[in-house]
Amino acid sequence: MQLPDAEILLTNLIGEIQSEISGDTALVGIYTGGVWLAERMHQSLGITLPLGTLDVSFYRDDFEQIGLHPQVKPSDIPFEVEGSHIILVDDVLYTGRTIRAAINELFDYGRPASILLATLIDRGGREMPITAQFVGATIVLPENKMLALEQGNDGKLNLSLYNKSSVEQ
Amino acid sequence: MNNNPQLNKHGELQHLLTTEGLPSSILLNILDTAESFVGVTERDIKKVPLLRGKSIFNLFFEPSTRTRTTFEIAAKRLSADVVNLNIAASSQSKGETLLDTVDNLSAMHADMFIVRHSQSGAAHLIARHVRPEIHVINAGDGRHAHPTQALLDMFTIRHYKRDFNNLRVAIVGDILHSRVARSQIHALTTLGVPEVRVIAPKTLLPNKVERLGVHVYHDMEQGLKDVDVLLMLRLQNERMLGSSLPSSEEYFKYYGLTQEKLSLARQDAIVLHPGPMNRGIEIDSAVADGKQSVILPQVTFGIAVRMAVMSILTGN
Repeated sequence: MQLPDAEILLTNLIGEIQSEISGDTALVGIYTGGVWLAERMHQSLGITLPLGTLDVSFYRDDFEQIGLHPQVKPSDIPFEVEGSHIILVDDVLYTGRTIRAAINELFDYGRPASILLATLIDRGGREMPITAQFVGATIVLPENKMLALEQGNDGKLNLSLYNKSSVEQ
Repeated sequence: MNNNPQLNKHGELQHLLTTEGLPSSILLNILDTAESFVGVTERDIKKVPLLRGKSIFNLFFEPSTRTRTTFEIAAKRLSADVVNLNIAASSQSKGETLLDTVDNLSAMHADMFIVRHSQSGAAHLIARHVRPEIHVINAGDGRHAHPTQALLDMFTIRHYKRDFNNLRVAIVGDILHSRVARSQIHALTTLGVPEVRVIAPKTLLPNKVERLGVHVYHDMEQGLKDVDVLLMLRLQNERMLGSSLPSSEEYFKYYGLTQEKLSLARQDAIVLHPGPMNRGIEIDSAVADGKQSVILPQVTFGIAVRMAVMSILTGN
């Protein structure tokens, strides 16, 4: 199946977010793909507050089933969350469970004034009442497919499709 | 590998009993995971929901303040419920056996036991006895092992020195009675430290200690030369039977770490100590409180390392 060009989607997404940015907007990327996207957005949008990064491993709801992720990255929120306007960035929005975990983690840093969600791809399949305010593209995929954002050596982003059985989520 | 009682059938860590025989991948995974917990312990809300609803029992058959407290804090920061049992003062003094105590606590739906015991092998015994869904962490058994102490030392070394594979590390003091030293030696060699030295008087060294892959020194002047990391040990007065040493004053004169002796090591050498310190016996106050001492950061890192071990075990 023909996947959209991640670089073009990112450019569109940045255009969408542009009008919503104000002086107190903060960006937070979710590891790993969301951080790549948020880094690029942070630069293009000229956001003044430093970029935040989240690894939601300590907040996931499937810890009992699959254990701890073997490569947990440190979360880093280098701005005051209390009262801030946050745009959360992830690569693929699917069940909504990652976003639930990310929101819970953010609240352990403080009470934000608002949180919006930006995602490169919305692939449907929601299991939580979560929706994205900024979406690069909507793609319907069968359940057994996994969509992943990858970064080449040149820093260019691209999307790849895998069969779930052959990949550990 | 399946003979290792610490690993489950997938080769994952089921219990943490000793650093001996664990592959470097498992040790590094603990250190890497601990890096992420350091950030958690620096937040206003120093808690994550990972072990919510889990019951962790601190089984301390031997007195300890620091180790028990850091395990308790680590468990609480993972949102687990933690129960402290000071067994020396309870059922065992009424004659209950170790395994009966464990069975009773298992019947209360324990998920993890953290065990400190004066007998070597106590944590192994419990690990072999419990149901497969229960995890055991050895918090020090006799002279045998104290793996979480060694891991927090490795974390501290990596924090300041970045890499293990170009270091010269000296372990100084009462190696003979020290479970910490044994666990440190296994961890250091597994992580690829090319030169591990032990420095101690002959009476405080185990027989054939060089079989563990260490270089033996009896003299601080020679042993500390060009060292990057000094791992000081506590002089275990309470374990000293009879006449290993003439006096603590004489010990300080030859093996106590003073600024003068420390100057023989590399200029950027760091000094670690597992605590509690005997100031003026194995370490001079000027060194303990000095610029090269990383003894208090060790305590802080110890919580993150124990959080990492508890969450990795629970997830496996």
